[in-house]
Amino acid sequence: MKKLLLSLLLLPLLAFAAADLEISTPAIAALKSSMQARHEQLSVHFTSGAVGLTRDGLIAIHDANVVPIKDRQAVNSLVAADNNDRNALYREIAIANGHPEWEAELRSTYAGRWVIKAQSGWWYQDGSGWVKK
Amino acid sequence: MKNLIGLLLVAGIVVLSACVTINVYFPAAAAEKAADKFIDEVWQLKGEQASPQTNVPKEPK
Repeated sequence: MKKLLLSLLLLPLLAFAAADLEISTPAIAALKSSMQARHEQLSVHFTSGAVGLTRDGLIAIHDANVVPIKDRQAVNSLVAADNNDRNALYREIAIANGHPEWEAELRSTYAGRWVIKAQSGWWYQDGSGWVKK
Repeated sequence: MKNLIGLLLVAGIVVLSACVTINVYFPAAAAEKAADKFIDEVWQLKGEQASPQTNVPKEPK
């Protein structure tokens, strides 16, 4: 009987352990390496101000004029591809943790953390528009 | 004895429903921690941080 009582007392600890977020599924790992490889091409555009971080956890063209015309289409493609990965990322983490409805909260959590981790000089959107970090 | 079993059942239900409640809420702190780890890896920020996180225990896989 004591054992039963003890195991009942320990149950909340299990729930606490489950509060850690799962981000190591194959789908998430694939998105990570794809975004990592793309960032090598994107980082110069963050630095130049051509591309910035949006409020909804994506990226967008901030100032196309700093990119030579011949390169603009390539930058647009990079932005679109990265946004596909970002949208998939938030969806996959929510699904991997058994709560598809968490997608929006994950998106806004990531939106905040991307900005905090951004280098100074990069552009990001706040409530009122584009801001230089 | 019957009373004790009844009491344990009620206690069990209370504990279990508490577990369900915990898991329904979005774990904001855990999400931030996981986001930071993910972003560090995508942007290759390890070693560039102002405060090196060498004393942080490894997360269980």
